[in-house]
Parts: sequence; structure tokens; C-alpha cells
Amino acid sequence: MSVAPPLLAVEGLTKSYGGIHAVRGVSFSLRAGEILALIGPNGAGKSTCFDMLNGQNRPDTGHVRLLGEETTGKKPRDIWRMGVGRTFQITATFATMTVRENVQVALISHGKQLFNLWGSAPNVDRGEAARLLELVGMGGYADRPCGELAYGDLKRLELAVALANEPKLLLMDEPTAGMAPRERVELMRLTAQIAREKSIGVLFTEHDMDVVFEHADRIIVLNRGTLIAEGSPAEVRGNPQVQAIYLGEGLLYDAGHREGASA
Amino acid sequence: MAFYVVQFLTGLASAASLFLVASGLSIIFGVTRIVNFAHGAFYMIGAYIAFTLTERFSGAFGFWGGVVVAALAVALIGVLVEMVLLRRIYHAPELFQLLGTFGLTLMVEDLVVLIWGPDDLVGRRAPGFKGAVDFFGQNIPSYDLFLIALGPIVLGILWLLFQRTRWGVLVRAATQDRDMVAALGVNQKWLFTSVFAVGVFLAALGGALQIPRDAVHHAMDLRIIVEVFVVVVIGGLGSIVGAFVAAVLVSELNAFGILIFPKISIILVFLVMAVVLIVRPWGLFGKPEAAARKTPGLTVNPWRPLTSNERLAALAALVVAAILPLFAGNYALTVGSEIAIFVIFAVSLHFLMSVGGLASFGHAAYFGLGAYGVAFLAKMAGLPMIVCLLLGPLLGCMGAAVFGFFAVQLSGVYFAMLTLAFAQIVWSIAFQWVSVTGGDNGILGVWPASWAASPSHFYWLALGVAALVTIALRVMVFSPFGYALRATRDSLLRSEAVGINAKRIQWTAFVIAGTTAGIGGALFAYLKGSVFPDNLGISLSVDALVMVLLGGVETVSGGVIGAIVYKALNIWLVSQTDLSKLVLGGFIVLIVVVFPKGIVGMLEVLAQRRRKSSPPGSSLLAKPIESAE
Repeated sequence: MSVAPPLLAVEGLTKSYGGIHAVRGVSFSLRAGEILALIGPNGAGKSTCFDMLNGQNRPDTGHVRLLGEETTGKKPRDIWRMGVGRTFQITATFATMTVRENVQVALISHGKQLFNLWGSAPNVDRGEAARLLELVGMGGYADRPCGELAYGDLKRLELAVALANEPKLLLMDEPTAGMAPRERVELMRLTAQIAREKSIGVLFTEHDMDVVFEHADRIIVLNRGTLIAEGSPAEVRGNPQVQAIYLGEGLLYDAGHREGASA
Repeated sequence: MAFYVVQFLTGLASAASLFLVASGLSIIFGVTRIVNFAHGAFYMIGAYIAFTLTERFSGAFGFWGGVVVAALAVALIGVLVEMVLLRRIYHAPELFQLLGTFGLTLMVEDLVVLIWGPDDLVGRRAPGFKGAVDFFGQNIPSYDLFLIALGPIVLGILWLLFQRTRWGVLVRAATQDRDMVAALGVNQKWLFTSVFAVGVFLAALGGALQIPRDAVHHAMDLRIIVEVFVVVVIGGLGSIVGAFVAAVLVSELNAFGILIFPKISIILVFLVMAVVLIVRPWGLFGKPEAAARKTPGLTVNPWRPLTSNERLAALAALVVAAILPLFAGNYALTVGSEIAIFVIFAVSLHFLMSVGGLASFGHAAYFGLGAYGVAFLAKMAGLPMIVCLLLGPLLGCMGAAVFGFFAVQLSGVYFAMLTLAFAQIVWSIAFQWVSVTGGDNGILGVWPASWAASPSHFYWLALGVAALVTIALRVMVFSPFGYALRATRDSLLRSEAVGINAKRIQWTAFVIAGTTAGIGGALFAYLKGSVFPDNLGISLSVDALVMVLLGGVETVSGGVIGAIVYKALNIWLVSQTDLSKLVLGGFIVLIVVVFPKGIVGMLEVLAQRRRKSSPPGSSLLAKPIESAE
């Protein structure tokens, strides 16, 4: 029986800066439609790990494969073309363009129309842009200048942009950082729903443990560059090593307590 | 052998002044993030004041005292300039800062002529260093030896100043993170002012110390500033050691370049700079800049295509312009043709600068290449006018393809400086390669064919081409390519993350803009009947920048309006006053300080206000962010 390669397979990823090993031999995989959270305290190597998946940073050793195809050493734009959408910890959008135009740029790129000098861009994929904006609940904002949006709306716009190339995999670096508590829950619910409907794999990093435990199917924990735990939310929560790491910040402990109290 | 040693020492002596000026520029940039174009002007004023003082007071005390007092006096002028002008533009985009200080330079050039006259002034020799030292039969002026020693001494003093004093610690801290320094309660205003004063003092001292070696004249500012740009770019903006090493390198390249490649001595330095920038974009001793500020983007304002009413209005304006020959005289038509050509030039730069966020400081290179292209084809190949007009701009296209490839690897100030350097290379070739380009004498007798010879016919030709070019570029702004270009301007990170190859998009835009400028240049050659190196000079590049800014860098049609207003004003000014640079410079400073949105931008703001005041509309106040991590 031949097994189809997983959506994302990471093998022995290592990166060091000078003498500091930011990431050491990290391996994990992700199935289509699965939501995987990458957590760990500050400085654990989450962002370095993320940037290597996305092509912004080249690993010293190790491999990243998307559906069996090697992406290591490829540029972010090429990885995007392979079907990987990305949102940033600090939103990156086209501030002087409208919300619709932001999505249209991604659609233009997806349709390989970037060097079309004579077409009318305002009419490019207008319907598709509207559909994507509707999907993330931004339908009414299409004509607003992106620079005027509230931060939570920018995060939702980024999600719409990331979905423009019908991705197989979404990489979300702290998708809810800087958002109000209620907005966080809504955004992650929306993401989870879209991911399950379209069978998109989602890998996200997050500091907010409520978000992590509510939405992740599986969690991997990074500490000082190495993967120390992996499993379902319940397993990871019960892992003594993880508890030891997080006790300093108290986050996991608190989350457990809160749940215990409400039960 | 002795000859080469002497040549080497001469190079070292020239390096001293260059280092003083460059270190001043570097210190100012490090702390205030302003690239002070007026630095050359301060250098020049230093030389002039020192000349007056040393003529007035004789003797050793008079000379050395005069030099120091001159530098101090100029530093005081610098403080004044900083407080009155620069404090208002610290938060403006860097482009505006470069332009504002350039306006200042223009004003100083006229003021200096007004006070000291247009002639070269030859200063006294330095008391105590009048003779020469014999070196194996070669003479070395002893003043050169003094300068050679001075360079390292000043470097040492600056080092002590920055390492051993509280002020120096603050300056170094501010160079790394000025926001943090401000947050720690340091009075930024005075820190900036004092840094500016020190930088200007160094520039003026450099100028004052030059008087025993070189005549003082009113064009020395531009010459030194271009060299100083090269030095700080090679050495790394913000690094004093870098400025020293690069000053020596550049001076030696100059000293030996003349011996080895007499024809291309000027371009040698620029080639080295281009290589350094490509290998180490932030210079030999510099550090990579944090993500550059977006070049235009003073405000958020999405662009939209013209409505049908606006299209009708534009068409009506074109029709009015087209019937001008029915009642205007020949002079007015020639002026009209020139304005139409400058509209082409300005919209081409506007496309690169506003849509692409790439502020080229050497855009005239491609305009001039188009003009030379026509001149070569018409004079050497004897091709008919229509063929020349079609093929001539290809020279601009090729130039833009080659230089643009390197230039788009950089951004922000470095992009501006590299484009300036490339334009200077092209200018030097036009100037020095006399057998082909005629050098300073240019190429004469490029006259239009009989069908376009009359002023009205030529006017219609220029107007027609200008209209076509403007429409074509406007279509491109709203094409998928235009969207992609704006995307790379707004966020490189995001555009790469949605599959856009930003460099290739920007390079394409550079070639489009260069070719379009070449079309303008081709027409210009026929309008003037001749081509000169000035057609690709710095001042023409700056004219284009001013036109775009005057029209409004954030608008879609700013280039057209800016070109018309600026060119008409310029032609009128030159006919009215001898002090056109003074007025023009003042005008630029005024735009930058009180009018940064330009004419079209102001009109848009007014229109928006009127629209907003009628319906309450949807206020777009951002929701407060309740928690931040």
C-alpha cells in the first residue's frame, strides 16, 4: 500500500546564528484539513521555524516538503505559487490601496496577469474578490482604503488575501496578536471553519492559550530550538515538561485552572 | 617611482577635505536621517568666508584664525537653517528632505554670486606652509603634507568625541535608535541641532582649508556634493571610519585614474561605487538599514480612474491646447512645445516615483540618451526624422535597462544616490568622449523635417505625443501591472508573499519610465536643433523631481500639472530676473515645507473636504485596540 505524502513534511530542520542554535532538528508533519498549533515560550525558535517554512530564511540543514515536493531554499513567492498562503504577525497589506484592490493584487498574481500593461485592473476578478471578502466578513468594506482599517479588520483582510490562490496550506504567524479577545475567537473560528470546509492545512503560532486549546487539532511545543512535545491538546496540557516550561509564564496553569473552575 | 609616490601623496592630501565634508554628512545622516544635499553649499560658504577673512587679516594668526572663524560662522548659519527649516521636515519622507536641502543649495549659489561676484577667487597660501618639499627630484607642496596629517588627526578627535564624551554617547545611541533615546528623556531637538552644527562645521572647515590649494568659485558645491555622496555611499552612511577609508579610496582613484585612463577618469570612481553598492548595498562600513520608509505615502488615498466627466474635461483642455496655434505667435508656440516635452519627461518620472515609489535622482540620463540617440541617427546615419523619433528613444530604453537592473536592487536614499551616480557616468561620457559626442560643444544641426519644421506643426507633434504618452501611462497605472507596481511600493513583504517578483516589476517600470523620458528627449533634440551634455545633467534631473512634487507625488495626474506650471514659471522667471536660482530654490523650499501635497494633492483635499461637509457619511474611525501584545 503506497501512502500519499503528507501535505507538509518537515524533517530535521536546523538553523543557527553564530553560536546560537535557534532551531535544532525539528521534524513534524501536517495533514490536509488539520489545524496544527506551534507553541513555545519567547525565544523558543517559533518565528525562525516559521520563516524557514515560508522561504524567508534558509535552513542550515533539513528539509521541508509540500506534498512530497521539496521547498527548501525556494523564494517566498515560489512557495506561494505552490499553494501556501501566509499571514504575518504584524499585518502586511497594501496601505494606499482599497480592501478590494488588496485582494485583486493577489488574484492578478494568481492569474499570472502581473505583466499585463493594458487590461483594466479594477475589473479583474471583481466577483472572486467580493466572494473572498464576503467569506471573511469584509464584504461591506471593499471600497475602504486599507490604511484606515482597524487592526482586527486588517487581520481578516490578510486572511482573504492568503486565501486568494486557493491554498493547500495556510501559515499564520500569531494570527490574533494585537486583537481584542472577542475578535480573536471569531477570527480563529472563521479560519477553522474555512480550513475544514476546503480541507486546507493550517499551521499557526500563538501566545494565547485559549485560542490554541480551542482550535488546534494537534499541538507541537518548541523550547530552546527543540521539539519537546507533540500531541492532542489534552496530551500536551498533561505533559509535565510542557508544564514546567510554562509555569514561569503561568499561562498553561491558568488555562487549566479556569477550565477546572468552570466545570 | 618617485612620481607615483608624489601622485599618491597628492591623492591623500585631497582626501583630507573630502573626508571632513563626508564625515559631517555622515554624522548628520546617522542621527537625523537627513541626507543633507546642502552640505556642499556649506562647504562653499566656508571657503568664501574664509577667503574674505584671510584677505582682511594677514599673518599666521589672521589666516588660521580666519579659517576657524569661518567654519564657526558657517556652523552658526547651519544652526539657523536647522531650526528654521529642517525641524519642520524631519518627519517628511526622505525625498522631501533631499529636495528641501537641494532648494537651499540653489539659493546659496545665487547668493554667493551676489555677494562675492561670479569670478574665481584665488586665496592666500597658508603661512608656514608656503614652500615645497623635495622628494627625489619631485616637489610636494608642504601644505599637502599638512593636509595629509590633518585627516587622521580629525578622525582621532572625532573618535575621542564619540567615545569619551557624554554628547558622543548620545549621538551614537541616537544613530542606533533615536526613538529609544527620545524615550529616555534626552532633549532631541538640541541633540539634532548640535549634531547638525558639528556636521556643518566640518563641511565649512573642509571648504576653508581648500583655499590655498584651489580657487574659490560658485560651482564648487555641486562638484563636492557629488563626490561626497560617492564617498559616503562607498563608506556607508553613518560611519565615520567608512567616510575616511572611502575618501582616501576615491581621492586615490582620481589621482591615478587620470594617469591610467585619462578619458574615463571621472567614471572610474562611479564604477567603483556601483560595484560596492551591488556587493554591499549599505557600503563598506555601513549597516543595513531597517525597512525603508515608504517613499510617497504621506497619507492614505486610493487612486481611481477618471470619471467620464473628468475625461471630458481633460479632452476639453487638450482641445483648447490644440487650437493655440490659431491665435498664438511663434514664441508662444515654441514655449508650448517645450512645455509639452517636459510633460512627457515629468509623467515618465512620476510613473516611476509615485506609482513605483522609486525616486530617481538621475532621470535626465534617459531623457538625454533619447536626445543623443536622435542626434546620432540624424547626423551620422542621416535617417529621416520619423525614423529617428521612433528609434532614438531606444537608447534611453537601453540605458534604463542596464542601469535600472542595478538600481532596483536598492531602495530609498541609496536608490536615489545610485541613480544620481549613473546619470553622472552618462554625463561624463557625453562630456569626455569628444570624438563621438562633441563633448561640451554638443551635436548641432539636428533640425526637424520640413513637415514638422514650422512652430505650429512642431507644437502639434509635441502636444500629440505628450497626450498619447500621458494616456498610455495612465492606462498602465490602472492595469494589472500598475496594481502590482503599487503593491511592491506599499509592502515588499506582502507582495513577495503573494507571488510577485518585486525586482522584476520595478525593473520593468524603470525601463518604461526611461523609454518614455527618451521619447521626450528625442523631441527635445529636434526642438532645440542640438544636443548638449546638459541634456542629461543633474539640474535637469532635479527639474523633473520638482515638477512631480509640485504637481503632487501622491496623485495620478500630478506630473502633467506640475510640468506645465513649473516650466511656464521657469521660462518666465529666467526672462524676468537674473536671480532665477534664488527664486527657484526658495520656491522648492516653500513647496516642501508648506505645500508637500503639491497642486493636485491640494485640490483633492479641498474637494474631499467639500464632499465630507455635506453628508455626515460613515466615519472611518478605527476601533480602539483593546489589548496589545
